[in-house]
Amino acid sequence: MTVAPETDEQQLLSGFELTIDHNDRIEPRDWMPEGYRKTVLRQVAQHAHSEIIGMQPEGNWITRAPSLRRKAILLAKVQDEAGHGLYLYSACETLGSSRNELTEMLINGKQKYSSIFNYPTLTYADVGTIGWLVDGAAICNQVPLCRTSYGPYGRAMIRVCKEESFHQRQGFELLATMMRGTDEQRAMVQESVNRFWWPALMMFGPPDDDSPNTAQSMEWGIKRNTNDDLRQRMVDMTVPQAEALGVTLPDPELRWNEERQAHDFGSPDWDEFNDVVRGNGPCNTQRIEHRRRAWEDGAWVREAALAFAARGSEESADQPVDADEVEGCPRW
Amino acid sequence: MVEEVDHESVYDGLLGGDDSQWAFGTDFEDPLAGVDTTLPDGVEGRALALYCIMLADDALVMSQRLSEWCSNAPDLEEDIALANIALDLLGQSRLLLARAAAADPSLVPALPEGSPIPAEDALAYFRSDREFRNVRLVEGPNGDFGQTIARLLLFSTWRLALFEKLAASRDKVLSAVAVKGVKEMTYHRDYAGRWFLTLARGTDESRRRVVGGLTEIWPLRAELFATHEVESLVAESTVGVDPATVADEVDVLLEQVFSLSGVERPDVAPLAGVRGETGRDGLHTEAHSRLLAELQVVARAHPMGQW
Repeated sequence: MTVAPETDEQQLLSGFELTIDHNDRIEPRDWMPEGYRKTVLRQVAQHAHSEIIGMQPEGNWITRAPSLRRKAILLAKVQDEAGHGLYLYSACETLGSSRNELTEMLINGKQKYSSIFNYPTLTYADVGTIGWLVDGAAICNQVPLCRTSYGPYGRAMIRVCKEESFHQRQGFELLATMMRGTDEQRAMVQESVNRFWWPALMMFGPPDDDSPNTAQSMEWGIKRNTNDDLRQRMVDMTVPQAEALGVTLPDPELRWNEERQAHDFGSPDWDEFNDVVRGNGPCNTQRIEHRRRAWEDGAWVREAALAFAARGSEESADQPVDADEVEGCPRW
Repeated sequence: MVEEVDHESVYDGLLGGDDSQWAFGTDFEDPLAGVDTTLPDGVEGRALALYCIMLADDALVMSQRLSEWCSNAPDLEEDIALANIALDLLGQSRLLLARAAAADPSLVPALPEGSPIPAEDALAYFRSDREFRNVRLVEGPNGDFGQTIARLLLFSTWRLALFEKLAASRDKVLSAVAVKGVKEMTYHRDYAGRWFLTLARGTDESRRRVVGGLTEIWPLRAELFATHEVESLVAESTVGVDPATVADEVDVLLEQVFSLSGVERPDVAPLAGVRGETGRDGLHTEAHSRLLAELQVVARAHPMGQW
């Protein structure tokens, strides 16, 4: 059978679409439409930025963690987030953007990160609540992304999700321990849940009828579920957890709907959401300034590392030098 | 029947289920669980406990300073590495404080009747700066990355040399802590050494900063090798190490790094004590009580709290 001649671009596009239709992965060297590349890059970069900015609200409590065991757990968790940022920036490099470029875009406000991190952490209970609700919501978003169409992103997400589920467990376990403690500790947990419940539900993004990018992202297999589906799933899963903890969720409209076999719940304050997204949240400026300061203060160190590496390769080209010296490794 | 695990549902298994699937948070409540903490023959509990507190406080305070770098480091790799070193030292301090509490429970600060706070946390969170026995090297602010690296190089070279000897301690707990610590601190020293060389031979600015940082911390070096009465006692009974005995080894190792880096050993006088007292005697710099105020604030507000 003869096929009408196609342009190269059309052939490439149909190959790409076939891969997507078969739920196979797109790999860095594969041809992809420019729009796909940009969309994946935008999403992965935002995810990487979220991990890095997300180090701050919990990092805020590392030096004040109330037991040696909790300090170790928290420090390890924040360290994991830096690791997630690393894998995700690496995934971005496969799409042609360096960590330096992306960091510049973050601190210049050209790329965003998850708005949840623009809320302050005011008590130690917030460390637990972030683990339980915020990491919980993040995993609801991320588990489907393990099957996302872009290979390096999907593979990074498998590891990220495994670690996130430890974090969520740790957060829940901290809250459960505090609930067995003093009245003051129980009140601290409830107050923290009251502050984080709605922002956690907002993490799934605007309602479906107000989410312009969802349809294309779903068609390309970058995104696998709609915002509202994921939000419903999160609510249904969290209600029994809250009961087990002995905390209430701050939503008078929350109740089981027998007919739908799901919970009805109130609507997050989308005005607040939009305000935070626009940059007016309680910590937007602080988070970016923190990142900018760390990045700028560290510039001389990064320059030194580059200069040292360059000098090493120059010297080794000229004359034989002690290998340890060139690699920057003093022999102990 | 094996229950099907729903990998889509992240909340499954938060309640009930098999605890063994979780890395953290479900066990190791007692850091010395199952360990024989009987004192070796001829060893006085109080001396051993005080010695453990000295080593623990060095690690705890250094860890606290290093953890301040988290989210502030020059690059993500350094955020991760410094947090890793802080975690290792935190783990060492936890074991050593637990060892101290077991060797002499009378040193553990009194808490209200029925407080669930474990002994090692009582020691970390309910002592004042005058009761901390760390060397003064570890307590000052970090300074820039160059100064942090200079301090870490000196600290880890010294502590590794101590722990290599401590591995032969007659106290089985201290010996085990030392064996584990040697593996960890071999990495810490290597990390600091590599960065010291990189900064010293990187740019003019990085060289200026790392040499400046080294000069800044050098006056606190001599104190590392001064033998405290407690250290003499534990060295005599072969459960501890006299720090004076590692001075030469540390000097040789540092000289190697300095010479590769083209850096002169600083020529600055040691920092004086007060009436002959320094960190090991509980005499600290002004920075120490501020550091503790931050470290202890939540724990102290909840002496009956469970975490």
